[in-house]
Amino acid sequence: MSARKPSRKILEHRLVPQHRKLSAEEALEVFESLGVKPWQLPQISVNDPIVRLLGAKPGDVIEIKRRSPTGGISLAYRVVVALERRA
Amino acid sequence: MSERVREAYVIERIKFGLLSPQEIRKMAKVNVIRSEIYEADGSPVMGGLRDPHFGAIEPGERCPVCGNTREECPGHFGRIELARPVILPHLGGVIHSVLQATCRRCGKLRLPNDRIAYLQRIYVRLKDKWPTLAEIMVKTVVKEASAVKECPHCGELQFEVKYTRPIFFNEVRPEGEVRLSPAEIRDRLERVPNEHALLLGIDPEKARPEWMVLTVLPVPPLSVRPSITLETGLRAEDDLTHALAEIVRQNDKLKSLLSASAPEGMVEDTWITLQHVISSYLDNELPNTYQLSHRGRRPLKTLAQRLKGKEGRFRGNLSGKRVNFSARTVISPDPYISVNEVGVPKDVAMTLTVQMVVTPYNIEEARKFVENGPYKWPGAVLLYKAKTDRKIDLRYQKNYKQLAEQLEPGDIIERHLMDGDIVLFNRQPTLHRMSIMGHVVKVMPGKTFRINLLVCPPYNADFDGDEMNLHVLRLEEAQSEARELLLVEKNILTPRYGGPIIGGRQDYISGAYILTIKTELYTEEEASRLLARAGAPVELPEPAILRPRPLWTGKQLVSLFFPPDLDFVGKSKVNTGALKCDNENCLNDSYIVVRGGKLLAGVLDKNAIGAEQPNNLLHIIALEYGESKARELLDTFFRMFIRALELKGLTIAYQNIEIGEEARREIDRLVQEARKEVEELIKRYEEGSLEPIPGRTLEESLELMIIERLQRLRSSAGEVAIKSLDPFSDVFIMAKTGARGSDVNITQMASMLGQQIVRGKRLTRGFRTRTLSHFPEGDKSPEARGFIKGNFRDGLRPTEMFFHAVAGREGLIDTAVKTSQSGYMQRRLINALQDLAVSYDGTVRDSWGNVIQLKYGEDGVDPSRTYHGKAVDIDRIISKVKARRAMVSE
Repeated sequence: MSARKPSRKILEHRLVPQHRKLSAEEALEVFESLGVKPWQLPQISVNDPIVRLLGAKPGDVIEIKRRSPTGGISLAYRVVVALERRA
Repeated sequence: MSERVREAYVIERIKFGLLSPQEIRKMAKVNVIRSEIYEADGSPVMGGLRDPHFGAIEPGERCPVCGNTREECPGHFGRIELARPVILPHLGGVIHSVLQATCRRCGKLRLPNDRIAYLQRIYVRLKDKWPTLAEIMVKTVVKEASAVKECPHCGELQFEVKYTRPIFFNEVRPEGEVRLSPAEIRDRLERVPNEHALLLGIDPEKARPEWMVLTVLPVPPLSVRPSITLETGLRAEDDLTHALAEIVRQNDKLKSLLSASAPEGMVEDTWITLQHVISSYLDNELPNTYQLSHRGRRPLKTLAQRLKGKEGRFRGNLSGKRVNFSARTVISPDPYISVNEVGVPKDVAMTLTVQMVVTPYNIEEARKFVENGPYKWPGAVLLYKAKTDRKIDLRYQKNYKQLAEQLEPGDIIERHLMDGDIVLFNRQPTLHRMSIMGHVVKVMPGKTFRINLLVCPPYNADFDGDEMNLHVLRLEEAQSEARELLLVEKNILTPRYGGPIIGGRQDYISGAYILTIKTELYTEEEASRLLARAGAPVELPEPAILRPRPLWTGKQLVSLFFPPDLDFVGKSKVNTGALKCDNENCLNDSYIVVRGGKLLAGVLDKNAIGAEQPNNLLHIIALEYGESKARELLDTFFRMFIRALELKGLTIAYQNIEIGEEARREIDRLVQEARKEVEELIKRYEEGSLEPIPGRTLEESLELMIIERLQRLRSSAGEVAIKSLDPFSDVFIMAKTGARGSDVNITQMASMLGQQIVRGKRLTRGFRTRTLSHFPEGDKSPEARGFIKGNFRDGLRPTEMFFHAVAGREGLIDTAVKTSQSGYMQRRLINALQDLAVSYDGTVRDSWGNVIQLKYGEDGVDPSRTYHGKAVDIDRIISKVKARRAMVSE
């Protein structure tokens, strides 16, 4: 793991979808609306370059906005974790 | 039944070990000393292999050990005290490595103490984190230790131990090879300290090394080796019992020799025999061992044979499951039953049964079944009297009449399978959910299952000997679930690609074409025959032509079955070449127009009624008018297509593919032309003036150019042939409508087979410098490299037929490899995804409730309810609205 921050350029790359760190209230709302506990959501590593750029900590929720061939713009949520669930 | 406390535990791990002699003795309730099984009076011998202390097995018998009856008694082990120790043959390898790695005198690992301590530290940590690596480490430790020739602990000189599978160990001493007896081996193993055993991969807690040499043999309870009483009253013992009896006999013999202090040689021989017998008792297929057998005939099925192989305990019983209330037989076609139905042979219907609870409302019906008994359809095979809580097997009853009269509400009967029952029908390989569908039973004479031809595509079935499975649904709950979800008509639309998977093939397609083309007109009689076959009560409309006599078009007849407001436009399959049509104002009749439920223009062919053709007529009807409407069409007007074929006749004849003299000459000319060009290419290649294709060698370029030229020759020769053939012949109808065959097939029959290709290249291999000895060495000409000028009509030359076979074989191998590889890939995918499901909030979740996808497919659309993936077909809506407005304004 390099301590160096990833370049901000990756945010502009056309293959990188839009990421956003949710506030605690927003995150809570997501959990509420889906009726899930944080560990039931898909995960994303803290070491992911985008997560490091956004400065998210384990437990934060990242909202990802993707262009989808079927659904137009689709949302996905990922919980930031220190370690991946299974090796 | 006794009240038992139920306790639930979760198995965390399983550890395998060896039984110690103490454990074996402790659990043994019988010491088997006698090889006889029964006394003269027929009672079991005490201390024999059927001693009652092995556990209760007869009904009503009380176990002398635990006091339970046979339902509750778990069975008890016994033991055979062996006169001399015996090696466990399947552990020979482990014994060998222990003997090799430890000292022959002090039993310690043949490594210095500090080295042992060091290795132990590594091993303990490795075992915890990487158990597989620990196993590999054991191997290296053994290797290292066995290389030591002098014990570092006691200084004893070490000798090599040779192992002969499965039970012989020889020590190579300076004076010569000496066999190590099991007793000696056991002594050595006993001396191995616990800590040292650990480094050899043995957990001394669970398996002390010396336990690998038996001193006492456990005898399994009778429930493991039940005896069977034959019809003659004779008892036949299980194979294991026979093997054990043989062990007891040899053991007795050895004992008596020992007590008589017989000569060493005789003792040795008997000892080895005992060793062999015990080895065979564990595994009767060991190398270098005598097989135990039934009086020298069939080999005994001993312990290992019970577990091993396809029919063994694991693959046969644990992984493999069998079901009751199922049937399997050959399938054959029946176009006159509904697609929802399956024809079930009467024999099968009388074997498979459904439960029926007698109520005041069905008691008369039930009485009739009981009266018919088990051998007359529709009857009943079992009767359960609610009042007395007794089951009556009707096979052993005679007074059906009386039993029928005594029937009362609350009783339950097992009645035969009958028309209208719903069953599951399946054809392997079960690759998708349409491989198992619900069918309604129709009992028929004969011995095969009958299915409608239109359900062949989802099952991928044909009738060249295919067999299918049938499962009876016995609970009302299951039956209604199947009726709502699994019935064939509920599976017309596939979730795979959003289209109909059920539909016409082959004759249905040519039939639909013939019925709907402009040139076919039908008299009243013919029209009536067609409609009669459809079996639907419709009235003949106004004839299209009144004079000289009333005639109807096929399009009129077809339209009778459409929903009255059906709108549909689309291209026919024949819409190519000369018959091209781009809009509805076209006279070629290849653009299908259905307005207000009337087929106005266009012929029906593969694109309209074919199976697996998205956005076709059937698809639109199933989507917009419901699946039962679509099924109605499958059961009515599809039959008309077959009848139309029967009226006209469709065949394939030699004349259909016979080309004229002129065409032949033209093809010859084309061949000459191509050959010249190829020769020119080869000449330029040899001169070195050939321009290579970028990224290719000169030779590759030449080959590619030749292939390209010869393939062009094939297609131009095909065109010539097709042009000279009658475009209205039956062969052409089949190819153009998509019923069967293609232009390529016609070319191959009428004109030429063309260049044969193996691995993307012309044929080059075979002999060292040429493909066949018919050609000069190094010949690069088309003929010598797999170009076939001949066709199937005129026949092939010997060399041509060989080349064709080579290319054909490649195709065969490709399909075999492809199916196995893609099959395995699909299996892994299914295993990974099988318990994902769309939950009620639209999210995709696994069985733990983890969210996999926020919205199914990111749009929440069920693909089986789409127009080939599109949830809304805007073009279709627009054209529909336009058509409606045009009609209104008229």
